Amino acid sequence: MATSNKSRLVDEMKMQSGQDPNNCYQCAKCSAACPVTAAMDLLPHQVIRYLQLGLEEDLAKSKTPWICASCFTCAARCPRDLDLARMMEGIRLVMLRRREGNKFGPADLTPEQLEKLPQQALVSGFRKYNK
Amino acid sequence: MRYHYFPGCTLKGQAKNMENTTMAAAAALGIELVELEEWQCCGAVYPLYEDELITLLSPVRTLAAAKGEPLVSLCAACHHVLKRAQELMQRNEEARKKVTDYLEVEYTGEGRVLHFLEVLRDDLGFDKLADMVKKPLEGRKVAAYYGCLLLRPSKVMQFDDPENPTIMEDMLKAIGADVVKSPYRTECCGAYLSVTEEAVARDTVSRIIDSARSVGAEALITACPLCRYNLENCAAEDGKEPLKIYYFSELLAEAMGLQFDQLMSAALERRRSSNGNK
Repeated sequence: MATSNKSRLVDEMKMQSGQDPNNCYQCAKCSAACPVTAAMDLLPHQVIRYLQLGLEEDLAKSKTPWICASCFTCAARCPRDLDLARMMEGIRLVMLRRREGNKFGPADLTPEQLEKLPQQALVSGFRKYNK
Repeated sequence: MRYHYFPGCTLKGQAKNMENTTMAAAAALGIELVELEEWQCCGAVYPLYEDELITLLSPVRTLAAAKGEPLVSLCAACHHVLKRAQELMQRNEEARKKVTDYLEVEYTGEGRVLHFLEVLRDDLGFDKLADMVKKPLEGRKVAAYYGCLLLRPSKVMQFDDPENPTIMEDMLKAIGADVVKSPYRTECCGAYLSVTEEAVARDTVSRIIDSARSVGAEALITACPLCRYNLENCAAEDGKEPLKIYYFSELLAEAMGLQFDQLMSAALERRRSSNGNK
């Protein structure tokens, strides 16, 4: 797709994740495998389609990359050996680094969460949603 | 059998129980776990973007500190991060050079990086474990919950079959439990979404719990503190008796006949020896 060359998000995502969305043939096994699609506005295979088409603005608005929990089930089931978890991380990081600011920080935690959450939840949450 | 041991942040906090029970059980099985000195948090998640080298400094420092000798962790997330950082150091020369130059360490990806369950399976052997059990968990209907991080990506983790793992069930059999297989045992619990999107984690956890109940499980075992938190705190309140959630090591220690006072004395002994190191 010619348009994909115009998208900096797609170019950055490709370079940093080592994944080429054009290798996807849209079988949607990733979407069948994903345990959190109910909360997504774009299904996992649709995210790859948007990447193929270079629809950067739509991806920037989508909730889906922030719902992905990096469980790696999509990559385990992909017949094309694509690692969608890496692509999702690519989209998140491009957003966090470029313009959106942090999605989540210490100030967003309730006192109850601070009391109850395991250390691992805080470290991984900040790593994923904060730069 | 002697191993370097990397605890990780949560095992000194909320998952202290996983450490205490593992240490006591390991001692009873003749497995020596020697805590690394001056270890740091692994980072909890492996960076999936290959230029995020700064987040690799801590796990690579840990890997280098093991000096090519076997390194064991208990937390599924720690094991995941260490194992994948090792694989990157083996595969990506540029990343390895940058990270090891910055840390001023020599490391080229050597050494076995193991989860304690792998030590039980591959080095001790489940047959031998079964012989050493003192109080088999007869009649206890327990299901294994693997979650994500030990299994996937399977090419790197090489832990077990990612779609049909058996290692936890094999451990449960060895300690005499009545093993039941739950269909959702390799599904994600929602991980850190319980911090930002709790409703999503409620959904994933409820499916896992319902699935375990449907096969008659009374309890689930896990090797991940975050899985345990989610399974205990994000389950839908449906008026049914909640499933008991254990670390795998709690049932292991119980089957080894270890009582609370022995677990406490093992913990105190460790504290004394680590104070001695300082």
